[in-house]
Amino acid sequence: MDSLLNKSRPPVFCPGCSHDRITQTLDRAFLNMGLRGEEIAIVTDIGCSGLFDTFFNTHAFHGLHGRALTYATGLKMAQPNLHVIVTMGDGGLGIGGAHVLSACRRNLDLTLLVLNNFNFGMTGGQFSATTPSTAQVGSGFLNRLELPFDICRVAASAGAAYVRRCSGFAKNLPEEIENAVRFDGFSLLDIWGICPGRYTKRNKLTPQIIEESLAKMPPIKNPVPENQREEYGRRYRDLAAAQKQVSPPKKMTAQFDPIERKRMDVVIMGNAGQRIITAGEILCLAGLTAGFQTTQKNEYNITVLRGHSITEVILSPQAIGYTGIERPDVILALSQEGVDRRKRLFASLDNSVLILRAPGVAIPSCKAEILQPNFKSQKIKSTDWALAALIVLAKMNRVIHLEMLKTALKYKFRNKILTSSLDLLERVRTD
Amino acid sequence: MGVCLVEGNEAMAWGAVVSGCRFFAGYPITPATTIFNTMLKLLPPIGGICLQGEDEIASIGYCLGASMGGLKAMTATSGPGISLYSEHISFAIGSEIPVVIVDVQRLGPSTGSATRGADGDIQFLRWGNSGGLPVIVLAPVDVADCFLMTIKAFNLAEEFRCPVFIASNKEIAMTRENIDMDAVDIPQIIERTPPPAGKPFIPFEVPLESKVPYFLPIGGDVIVRQTSSTHGADGYITTDSDEITRVQERLKTKLTSKVKRFSFHETYLEKDSDTLLLAYGITARAARDVYHECKNSGNPISLLILKTLWPVPEELIKEKTEHVQRVVVVEMNLGQYVREIERILPDKIIDFLGQMDGRLISPNQIAKALAHG
Repeated sequence: MDSLLNKSRPPVFCPGCSHDRITQTLDRAFLNMGLRGEEIAIVTDIGCSGLFDTFFNTHAFHGLHGRALTYATGLKMAQPNLHVIVTMGDGGLGIGGAHVLSACRRNLDLTLLVLNNFNFGMTGGQFSATTPSTAQVGSGFLNRLELPFDICRVAASAGAAYVRRCSGFAKNLPEEIENAVRFDGFSLLDIWGICPGRYTKRNKLTPQIIEESLAKMPPIKNPVPENQREEYGRRYRDLAAAQKQVSPPKKMTAQFDPIERKRMDVVIMGNAGQRIITAGEILCLAGLTAGFQTTQKNEYNITVLRGHSITEVILSPQAIGYTGIERPDVILALSQEGVDRRKRLFASLDNSVLILRAPGVAIPSCKAEILQPNFKSQKIKSTDWALAALIVLAKMNRVIHLEMLKTALKYKFRNKILTSSLDLLERVRTD
Repeated sequence: MGVCLVEGNEAMAWGAVVSGCRFFAGYPITPATTIFNTMLKLLPPIGGICLQGEDEIASIGYCLGASMGGLKAMTATSGPGISLYSEHISFAIGSEIPVVIVDVQRLGPSTGSATRGADGDIQFLRWGNSGGLPVIVLAPVDVADCFLMTIKAFNLAEEFRCPVFIASNKEIAMTRENIDMDAVDIPQIIERTPPPAGKPFIPFEVPLESKVPYFLPIGGDVIVRQTSSTHGADGYITTDSDEITRVQERLKTKLTSKVKRFSFHETYLEKDSDTLLLAYGITARAARDVYHECKNSGNPISLLILKTLWPVPEELIKEKTEHVQRVVVVEMNLGQYVREIERILPDKIIDFLGQMDGRLISPNQIAKALAHG
């Protein structure tokens, strides 16, 4: 096998930089594994670690600071057979922290080589997430105020299955890299090195000091026993293959004559949890059974089971433009919060408008016809009031008739919900 | 026969699948979440991939990786997420990575109102990248457009190797409407162009007859380089100002010189009208109502609905406004696209109606603006 180093673009690191050694070693590891350039993608971060892809005749992807793992993830999912190697400095670890944690939790088969030289080399030796608090760096006194983190312990606690730290000067670095690349899952190799251009100008750090410091670090059992599990990509494809293919949305055919072939605007004003949006959908579906065009515009708060919920449904024989309703034909007033939210709508209503008022809801003064079906005495739960109000409408032959509604319910619901909604349909009285 | 009832977001997901999209990544955000929900149902069973990113930056980053891996990719978010996408939008522009980005706009600024609509990101989509190079932005009007414009967005992204935005709006995205997807006239699906065989592949080399580089995926049999840095044809960093100039000019003109081909629009021109109403997105629906009312009442106006917002279809706008003296621009913001209209029609009276309070602009408001200016 030939070297995968790019002869026309030799490394440009500072004399004495451990990145230079790591470049040669990475090539050695590829050679030992017998990999061809087409089988490898080197995804690089920003800074000096971001230069790595240019030194190799492999697929290359160089992007923004801290984001290398995001590209690597998309790429590996798209090309599962590719060996995806990420080079990232200690700067990238900090800015892309969320991506590092996610990669650990996910266990996609990527190899992250952390080129840890304890500072931002390229931009002037500022402090990073791994700079010792006692170091003299380009960020003045700021690093004295923060604690560096041990990426290996962070990664292990975040779920990384393979976590090792070693010196960039270690004799067995090719094997360390090879083992990390061969690991079937996410592997993180924290490679401690020397930045002669910045860090060691003001701080003493030698291969021997690195060796001694590494020896003092708490040991990490690797592969991390509690984090062993199936590789993400394979598991993803297994689970995905077991998902049921979704058919295109079911079609509804026009099958009934409507009560009247004219446009009708219905506003349902209720509360979250009253199935207002579902009722609106059923009304739309009922409209489709009679060949109407329809739109359903919804309004609700960010709260889930609290607050108002309003749906505006238009049924029209013609194409519908504006989807808002300013002159409703029917209002289903099912909660005070809903009505209060639209109180401006009531003043202009004339006596052709029908309002179905649920128990306990006060309607602002208006000329509309107000009916009060007594859902409480009929023992209908407030979560069913929206559907019950549609049933009342259908039984009064207003907007929709019962056959339209039944067909919509049969289209929308299955099994128990269908049975209970059809039961409600029989039960609800208009008085 | 028959129709189904879907919301704009669902229609987009179906449009994406029809386009051959096989990768989606997103981060939950109202009002875009139901695109993610639908893609999660649609893609995995057909061999596609749908991921939930740890944040928006990751979501679009995954898409860029997957797109370079050869998959057609889409992501969807709203204002706060588009803000976070910015660095990767710039990457996709400068490094020619096809990706479809849906912005389901909600009322801003900032976290704004999660479930209220707006068209407040129209200039942000254009200028929200470092370097300021052009982008394509399409604007759907209704659910059928959500389906069709998504297909067109993919075709443009693949053909021009660029990010394509779809500027949706909560009021289209989460509004249900009847649609017969089978009746939509689906354009031919465009795929990336591989280089001709027999020559060494140079990642950003441009064929003579085109301004768009050939595409090969990272991970295939031929080595491919991709970089976010300013690069030459070989995909390596360059500092050669002549080469940089050539690339920047090409990135610009590959879109601006072709906009005539994708100036999607609807026009309703009335001979006797001296006024043209110009709208896009959800507001175009109210504008269409006003057009019909004016026509029925014997005071016709013309109407231009733009579905391609960027690059500005300048020739189209000039042509359609040739015979009117006055253009009334209506949009759900405090005045964004109207700036472009003022710029390209300096000799006409330009009136503006905007609103940014979460409510739709109604036909009544538009009619009043037409009457009073």
